[in-house]
Amino acid sequence: MTNEPDAANAGWFSDLDPEDLDAAEAEILRGSAEEPEDWPRIAVESGYADSEEEYYDRLHEATIHATRQEVRERERADDQQLIHAVRAMDDCERVANELAERAAEWAGSRFDDAELGIAGAREIAAREPDGDLERRVVSLSARAVDLADERDELSATVDRVAPAVAPNLADMAGPELAARLIALAGGLEPLAKKPSGTVQVLGAEDALFAHLSGRAPSPKHGIIYTHEFVRGTRPEDRGSAARALAGKLALAARADHYSGEYREVLHEDLRERMATIRARAASEEVNANE
Amino acid sequence: MSDPDLPVGVERRSFDGETRLATRGPPVYGEPTDGEWRAWGPERSKLGGMLELGFDAGLSGGETVLYLGAAAGTTVSHVADFAGPTYAVEFAPRPTRDLLDVAESRDRLFPLLKDARKPETYAHVVERDLDAIVQDVATRGQAAVATRNARFLADDGRLLLAVKARSEDVTADPDDVFADVLAELRGTYEVLETERLDRFHEDHLGVVATPK
Ligand SMILES: C[S@@+](CC[C@H](N)C(=O)[O-])C[C@H]1O[C@@H](n2cnc3c(N)ncnc32)[C@H](O)[C@@H]1O
Repeated sequence: MTNEPDAANAGWFSDLDPEDLDAAEAEILRGSAEEPEDWPRIAVESGYADSEEEYYDRLHEATIHATRQEVRERERADDQQLIHAVRAMDDCERVANELAERAAEWAGSRFDDAELGIAGAREIAAREPDGDLERRVVSLSARAVDLADERDELSATVDRVAPAVAPNLADMAGPELAARLIALAGGLEPLAKKPSGTVQVLGAEDALFAHLSGRAPSPKHGIIYTHEFVRGTRPEDRGSAARALAGKLALAARADHYSGEYREVLHEDLRERMATIRARAASEEVNANE
Repeated sequence: MSDPDLPVGVERRSFDGETRLATRGPPVYGEPTDGEWRAWGPERSKLGGMLELGFDAGLSGGETVLYLGAAAGTTVSHVADFAGPTYAVEFAPRPTRDLLDVAESRDRLFPLLKDARKPETYAHVVERDLDAIVQDVATRGQAAVATRNARFLADDGRLLLAVKARSEDVTADPDDVFADVLAELRGTYEVLETERLDRFHEDHLGVVATPK
């Protein structure tokens, strides 16, 4: 590495055995540098290659190998894995909160300044227990905190996997809502086959059942309510916002299932629809104020 | 038949009685061929459209190039035919699978599955002082992508950019979008030439720029 600018800005080939394609793959996929350098020259000077031509030959072989592996890996990340991840995330969150609540209640009987929630559990977990009962309270709090941390790890995994499984849906809905829709439908393929009216009320099965048995009005939205396009729209327009969003989400799921390619026009269409709905609200407000 | 305004390796040739741009290389997407030459349609490629419209792209052939938004490799295959070392960045796995086939048959085309908004994830692979960056990412934040990737360009290097208005804001007038994108670009680049690509690509602006 004699001619390297500095270690933090080393090329992908630094310290590599030119025969070791797997090491090259790891470097290309996961390495980084703040600034580019004259890599072909540095590679020759540092002895990685005898000539720039040879360097480019190795770069060609290494980039193709690395990119092929990465494409395979990303395509293997399938919808079922995503479903497991998002369900495990919800389980961790629910159980972490339950345990934290139990721990806080218990701690309240032993310490006078115990606080609620995961933040409270974190604080109790850091205490020095005095005696067997306190040891149990502190230990229980530590379990709650561990689960909360695991939930955050799972959330990061969902963020990473969802765009690979469903690039259009993940971009439109955000990774978490995309994962939940896929989980509610039981997979990307079943989601892709649902009409948009069903997508609109996914997650509102109880309300839908009450409606079908004549006990309640039809639900306007299910889990897509958490999307900014619905939640951020004034109440009287939420039905049309939810309908528009569900329509595009259904198309996004189909594009993801049938082609897997990112389709910019879907996203533009949705932004356009939402702009129209909100412009209507804005102009009515202006009229009302006149 | 070579044209002084076109890079060496790009020529106007006749395919089925129609004159079209062409490069020499293995066919990629079912384009018409004539011996080693393959037609480069301006409707299928923004860079093709820019050359067809007579942009002064500053390309003479043999350049070292970074291509952002390579997709399945339609345009970058032609670039690799006439240019030198060509780095192709694309972030979606599905089209990258096809890009790999294109790269297999071109020994100076280097495919990278990377996000063009994060140049530090490929600056350990892509060299500096490049002659040209070709950018066709068609997502929001096109000026920011160009700005962040300026670090790869030589002082007299060229940015050849296609801006898609609808990717930035579907509701705005394309002219306003282009004005905003150009204003942001001017923070880092000197803009040398702009022209609408509408003849081939609706609501797209072609831009040639060089680092300030
Ligand atoms: C209009 S297509 C490019 C077509 C291609 N240039 C051609 O002519 O053959 C835009 C491509 O940019 C890709 N893209 C969008 N945002 C990107 C980003 N941040 N990084 C890398 N690629 C991106 C998309 O996945 C898509 O394949």
